Amino acid sequence: MRREPARTLSDHLPVIFPALMLLVFFVIPFGIMIAVSFFQREQGGFYTPDFVLSNYARFLSSFFGGVLSFSLLLAMAVAVCCVVLAFPFTYFLTCRTRRVQIAWLVGLLSVLSLSEVIIGFAWSTLFSRTAGISNLFVALGLMEQPTALLPGFGAVLTGMVYQALPYTILVLYPALVRLEPTLLEASRTLGASPLRGFFDIVIPALRNTIVATLIMVFVFALGSYLLPQILGRPQHWTLSVLITDQAIYQSNMPFAAAMAVFLVLISLALVGLTLLVGGRKDLTA
Amino acid sequence: MTPAWIRNGYMALIALFLAAPLVVVAGVSVNAKKTLLFPPEGFSFTWYTDIFTQNDWRSALFASVGLAALSAALAVVIALPLAWFLWRRVAPWARVFQFLGVAPFLLPPVITALGFLSFWATGGFYGEPWTAVISHAIFFVTLPLVTLSLGFASIDRSLVEAAATMGADDARVFRTVVVPLITPYLVSGYAFAFVLSLNEYIVAYMTVGFTLETLPIKIFNALRYGYTPTMAAVSIFFVVIAAVVFGLVARYGDLPRLLGAWSSEDK
Amino acid sequence: MSGLTLEAVSKQFGDLTAVDDVTLSVPHGTFVCLLGPSGCGKTTLLRMIAGLEDPSGGRLVLDNSDITAVPTHKRDFGMVFQSLALFPHLSVGENIAYALRIRGTPKADQAKRVEELLELVHLPGHADRPVSKLSGGQRQRVAIARALAVSPRLFLLDEPLSALDAKLREAMQVELRQLQQKLGITTIVVTHDQREAMTMADLVVVMGEGRIRQAAPPVEIYRKPADSFVADFIGSTNLLEIARDGSGGAIFAGKAIPGLALPSGLDRARLSIRPEDVQLTAPGNGSLTGRVTFLRDLGGTVETFIKVAGTTLTAVSTPRERPDVTAGDDIGVALPAEACVVLKE
Repeated sequence: MRREPARTLSDHLPVIFPALMLLVFFVIPFGIMIAVSFFQREQGGFYTPDFVLSNYARFLSSFFGGVLSFSLLLAMAVAVCCVVLAFPFTYFLTCRTRRVQIAWLVGLLSVLSLSEVIIGFAWSTLFSRTAGISNLFVALGLMEQPTALLPGFGAVLTGMVYQALPYTILVLYPALVRLEPTLLEASRTLGASPLRGFFDIVIPALRNTIVATLIMVFVFALGSYLLPQILGRPQHWTLSVLITDQAIYQSNMPFAAAMAVFLVLISLALVGLTLLVGGRKDLTA
Repeated sequence: MTPAWIRNGYMALIALFLAAPLVVVAGVSVNAKKTLLFPPEGFSFTWYTDIFTQNDWRSALFASVGLAALSAALAVVIALPLAWFLWRRVAPWARVFQFLGVAPFLLPPVITALGFLSFWATGGFYGEPWTAVISHAIFFVTLPLVTLSLGFASIDRSLVEAAATMGADDARVFRTVVVPLITPYLVSGYAFAFVLSLNEYIVAYMTVGFTLETLPIKIFNALRYGYTPTMAAVSIFFVVIAAVVFGLVARYGDLPRLLGAWSSEDK
Repeated sequence: MSGLTLEAVSKQFGDLTAVDDVTLSVPHGTFVCLLGPSGCGKTTLLRMIAGLEDPSGGRLVLDNSDITAVPTHKRDFGMVFQSLALFPHLSVGENIAYALRIRGTPKADQAKRVEELLELVHLPGHADRPVSKLSGGQRQRVAIARALAVSPRLFLLDEPLSALDAKLREAMQVELRQLQQKLGITTIVVTHDQREAMTMADLVVVMGEGRIRQAAPPVEIYRKPADSFVADFIGSTNLLEIARDGSGGAIFAGKAIPGLALPSGLDRARLSIRPEDVQLTAPGNGSLTGRVTFLRDLGGTVETFIKVAGTTLTAVSTPRERPDVTAGDDIGVALPAEACVVLKE
């Protein structure tokens, strides 16, 4: 079938509805949010149209700087942990039969689709004093008495790695499935042990994929807003938590919007970077 | 090859990590008394039946399922013509809409949520249940858009040409050739959007959080005001729904291909 | 014995027997082609020799030592893959030097050896090129050079030329054979192309359904096929049903073939005769009479299709001896006994 340009109105008909929906319900809300970020806040949760930079100026406080750098560091730590854990796992997974792969994919998707609320609840139970793993450690004689392992940074990190790990595996999966298996076999016929081949061939051949995955998981982790609240202390709150807090509980929409715009800019910059990395000649092809 | 015990052992460790919290929650959900003990004391399915018999849980369940069913349908209705148009026509400008369809999914969700909050508040519709349906449909339109684009890409264009040589016009080709071939991808796209909408918290919370209680919102509120085993039961209920839906997608569709793996032949 | 010996090697994949009880001796310096249709087990056999698959049964012996359990990376073999498997993130030189790097060869020696090998495969000065910038034929040469870097004990190639176009493939066949003779290296090539096997091999091993059907020098395979599978797979042939007459002579289509006898104890058999050996005569003049059904004039050769008693025979002749017939004419056919091979059914 020849693909033809759309000429008449009826040719364009199919695209009109989706285009309208996306413009009205995505582009306009986005525009409103950007506009609100410049509005003047009034007492009682209202705001009036204006053009002030005071919402952005608040970023310059040391409190905000602390939250921002914590958010970025946390997301980075999550991204690194996830890729380090997921890469060998995904590689092993792609060596399995199709049936085994599909079973794993179903399981991974099921965990990935879990609400952050449920993940938070599950880990808070697992880390609790009454039902948690500390009971298991006591039973094994590793601990004196059961203790609560939350709230704390370790709990936040664990929960977020749990949330992002299936995502990481599913992002790595296509590239690893398409990796030519004979590359590793070739390295073995040339004298490389399996481990050496993995580090010499598999990882360098997928360097771009790994960088792109790190960035995608980083952005994914930046979006986590409930786990820091459920599993951490206030000092573990991230930018996403702060945005929700300002918008809902402090009723300061302009400031929340300004932070959101800022977060968009960071995310866009990183997504752009991913595209740049991914757009370069794909070495795995 | 890496020794088998390393591969199997490592995969088992990851499996344990992914399953551990769910196992504990499953254990907690069958406690006989209203405690969150693990291992559970006694055994009871009361907390599962509570989801359907207790008024507040049941209405939250209905709200969630209704929201997910409607918003996933709307997402497919938005994605199908767009994906078809992108496949059928040469229209580089339409790529903008493809990007817009994917963007909500790539950005941190709190941003999209806040956008909706300011939009509905400005329009004076804040809190209306239907605003959540539209918000979720836009938020999750990425999923049917991606599966349908993959589906169209897999249709051999010469099939359409063959149908045309036999006298079928565009509409008839769409009905008799394209639709049957695209249906598995359509169903998968709907299933992905449905399950994710069912679990979604922040967009629902920022649009209808104070007027309509979906299950994730209900669980979060319960987290604040005292734990009950019902929360655990609901969580397990959700895991089971997701596993069943994705299991069906895998059974009737090509899951590895949907997730981006080209090869689909048996290993 | 010095060389490679396969002793009753077999490989099962679940219920499927890919390689079935293969025994073969390959003396050093031999060029062997494993030849057969797809799915005959030839690639699996090569992968077992390389150590990439574990045999389900049998032993691999190289120079009197059992290598069945030696892992691939300790075998010191060179292998060229069908996909070539050039490392995309390394340059031409780095690809070739990879095996040397693993063995800890000093950098300067690596560079010298890389240049030597590039010279050998007629690509001097290409060491710094990225692999992605090479043409198909050049990639082929790089893959060969890489496999030869450490002077391997065995040189294994899995359908190495299948990605090249026909002309280049023929040229590479000659080049590969010349290279092997120059280096005197024991070489095993998997191919499904019988021309390729005939061009290169000292020993052709024809495989079918996981078994060796015949292992012999190319001319012998062509002239004296062991069974009808080999006769049919190598070149084209006429397979005719023959019977034994009272005195032990062979009968086809009710007429005796002069000078051809069937071994005692065999009442029915199959006869293979190559199209170029079928002689055409004037009708009534030969021992058999048939009818021409089609004439294919290819310029260099002429193929005549003749129906004799329900069986279609093909005869190939040069334009000079072109029979003066058209489709529908009667023609005489003679089958010289010395060109006939009697095969068991």
